[in-house]
Amino acid sequence: MMSGAAMVVRALKDSGVTHVFGYPGGAVLDIYDALYAQDDVKHVLVRHEQAAAHMADGYARSTGKTGTVLVTSGPGATNTITGIATAYMDSIPMVVLSGQVPSMHIGEDAFQETDMVGCSRPIVKHSFLVKRAIDIPMAIAKAYYIANTGRPGPVVVDLPKDLVNVLEEHPYEYPEDVTMRSYNPTLKGHSKQIKKTVDTLLNAKRPVLYVGGGAITSEASDLITELAEKLNAPVTSTLMGLGAFSSVHEQFVGMLGMHGTLEANKTMHNADCIFALGARFDDRVTNNVEKFCPHATIIHVDIDPASISKTVAVHVPVVGSVDKVVEQVLNQISKKDLSGQKQKLADWWKQINSWRERQCLNYQKSDELIKPQQVIEALYKHTNGDAYVSSDVGQHQMFAALYYPFAKPRRWINSGGLGTMGFGLPAAMGVQMANPDAISVVVTGDGSIQMNIQELSTCLQYNLPVKIISLNNRALGMVRQWQDMIYKGRHSHSYMDSMPDFVKLAEAYGHVGIKVNHPSELDDAMAKCFALKDRLVFMDIAIDQNEHVYPMQIKYGAMDDMRLSKTERT
Amino acid sequence: MRRIISVLMENEPGSLSRIVGVFSQRGYNVDSLCVAPTTDSSLSRLTIVTHGDDKVIEQITKQVNKLIDVLKVTDLTDGTHVERELMLIKVAAKTDLVRSEVNRTVDIFRAQIVDTDAKNYTIQVTGTSEKLDAFAQAMWAQTEVIESSRTGVCGLARGEKSLRA
Repeated sequence: MMSGAAMVVRALKDSGVTHVFGYPGGAVLDIYDALYAQDDVKHVLVRHEQAAAHMADGYARSTGKTGTVLVTSGPGATNTITGIATAYMDSIPMVVLSGQVPSMHIGEDAFQETDMVGCSRPIVKHSFLVKRAIDIPMAIAKAYYIANTGRPGPVVVDLPKDLVNVLEEHPYEYPEDVTMRSYNPTLKGHSKQIKKTVDTLLNAKRPVLYVGGGAITSEASDLITELAEKLNAPVTSTLMGLGAFSSVHEQFVGMLGMHGTLEANKTMHNADCIFALGARFDDRVTNNVEKFCPHATIIHVDIDPASISKTVAVHVPVVGSVDKVVEQVLNQISKKDLSGQKQKLADWWKQINSWRERQCLNYQKSDELIKPQQVIEALYKHTNGDAYVSSDVGQHQMFAALYYPFAKPRRWINSGGLGTMGFGLPAAMGVQMANPDAISVVVTGDGSIQMNIQELSTCLQYNLPVKIISLNNRALGMVRQWQDMIYKGRHSHSYMDSMPDFVKLAEAYGHVGIKVNHPSELDDAMAKCFALKDRLVFMDIAIDQNEHVYPMQIKYGAMDDMRLSKTERT
Repeated sequence: MRRIISVLMENEPGSLSRIVGVFSQRGYNVDSLCVAPTTDSSLSRLTIVTHGDDKVIEQITKQVNKLIDVLKVTDLTDGTHVERELMLIKVAAKTDLVRSEVNRTVDIFRAQIVDTDAKNYTIQVTGTSEKLDAFAQAMWAQTEVIESSRTGVCGLARGEKSLRA
C-alpha cells in the first residue's frame, strides 16, 4: 500500500527513469514530497519549465532513453508546450507528468487550472488524464511504452491533485509488460516489399541512400554503413540524421536540403534510385516537390505509415523500423554477387566527384573579422570531433551542421522540425546530465541564447560544465540573411542594439566568460575554454555580421537549384 | 470525392476529440460525424463522411489510424456498403390540406409521423443522405419547415467484410 504520490515516484523508478527535470508547484507538492524521500530518481530543478522539457529532450536524444519532465498545473504545464512540440516534431521519446487541480474542481476554472490534455493534444503522441489513484502505475507504464516504441514521441500524463494525496494509500501494481490492442507498431518490412527494394537497389546505376532521424532512433548506423559499403552507394543525410552515417566516410556526400551541400543535392536530383531510410521528405529537403528528383525510383522505409507518400509519392513503400528493414535487405543482398557494384557505379562516382570539386563549403577568410565557419572548424579541432554538439536555431545551426562532421550518431542535438530558439542550452545540459564525462557543447547565437539564459543558474547548481559557443553577430542572422536576399536589405527588427555583456553575465551566474574579438585570438581562447574541464565557459565570439549561410536552395526550384554565394548560382 | 470512413476505437474519454483534432489540425473536411459505443461497450464506432482527392483520403485514414486509441480504420466507399442516416423534421401542419399533402409525402418516402399537435407534425425519415435531402425539399415545397436534426451517416460494408477488434 502506498500513496498516489509514492506510486508516481515508484512507477518512474520501475520504468527505468534516472533523471526527472522539473519545477514544483501547488498541484505536485505531494509528488515532490515523495521525491524527497528517496534517492533512486534524481530530480533536476530548472529555472523555467520550457527548459525542463528541452533538457529531457537532450537527455533522450543523446541516450535513446525516454526523457522525463515533472511540472505543476496551469502555467507549469503550459510552459512545457514549446518543449513538447519540439520533441513531437523530431520524434523524441518524452514523458511529461503534469499536476492538475483536484478532480472535483476540474472544469471550474480553479486556481492554476488548464486543460493540459486539451492544450497538448495536437503535439503529443498520446496523453492520459488519470482518473483513479490505482490507475497511476498502468498509466505511467503505458506512457513510457508508447513514448519509446514505434515512432517515438512525447506523452503527457495529467495527474489530479486528489489522486496523489499523501494521506490516502492504495495497492501498487506495476504491469509486467504492456500490451495494447489498439497499438502494435510494425517493425519488420513486408517480404514482398523487401524483394522489390533489393531488386530496385541492385538495378540502380545511380543510387543514393537518403538517411534521416529514424536511422538514429532505430540505432541502425552499423547496418546502414554495411549496406552502403556493399552497394558502393553515396550517402546523404538530413539535418536530423547527421551522424547516423559517418560524415567523415568517403561515401558521404554531405547534408542535403535547403542548406545542403551542392554534391548532396546534385546526387539526389540526378539519382535513378533513392533509398530513404527514416526520413520524411520535409519541405526543407525537397524544395519544390513538383521538380523533386525526376529520374528516381523512390523506396521509402518508415515506421510511420502516415509519413509515406505524405509529400512525395513513393514507388516502393516499406513500413518498418530502419534497422530491421536494412537487416532484411542485407540478408537478401548477401545471397547475391555484388562484385560488379564498383564497376557499375564508376561513372556515377565520377560525376559525384566532379560536383565535389566545386568545394561548395569553401569560404573567404578575413584577417580582421572572425568568420562563423572558422569558429566551428576551430571547435571541431579543439574537441577532436568527438563532442556532443547541441545547437540553437539560426545561421549558427546551419554552420554547425555543415562544418562539424559527426562521425557517430546521437552527437548532433538540434531542433530540426520545430526550429525552437532557446533549445540549445537546456538540451546541452540534458546531454551533460546523461553523459557526465563527455564534452557537451552548445553552438548558439546572441538571439537564441537569450531565450533560455536563466538556465545558467541551473548549470551552477548541478555543476554542469557545458561549453557555450555563442556566435555573436549583434543580429538575428538568419532573419537578416533572408531580409538581405528577399527584402532588399531592409532589416526589420532583426538586430539588437542593447546586447548585454555576456562575459559579465556568465560571471554573474558564477561561470567563466571569454570574449573573442579577433581571428588571431580564436585558437587560444578555444584552448583555454576546453582546458577548463570542470567549469561552464561562455565564449562570446564576435563574428562577421554580414556572413550568409551557403549553399542555399532557390525557392520554387528543384533540389539542386542553389545559390553558392552572394553572387553565384548553379 | 465523397468518402465514408469507418473507425473502431477505444471508448475512452478524449478519444473523440483526438479524431476531431486530426481533421481540424490537418485541414481535412468533415461533412458528417456519427459516433456511439458498439455492442462491446469498451469500443466506439465512428462514421465520418468527408471529401477530398485520393491523396488526402489516404492521409486521413493513415493519420486517424496512427492515433493510439484507434484499432481499425476502413474506407467504406472502397467497396459496396450500406449507409443510412436518420432525420427528425418538424413541419407546420395547420390546415387539412397541408396535413393530407404531408401525409401523402410521408407515405411515399416511407417516413413516419412520430409526434403531432394542433400546429405541427414531427416526422422521422431514414435513408441515404440524398433521400433525406429530397424529403426536406418536398416539405419545403408543401409547408414551412420549423426545424430539423440529422444524425449524420452511419454505415457497414456489405457481405463478409467487417470491422472488429
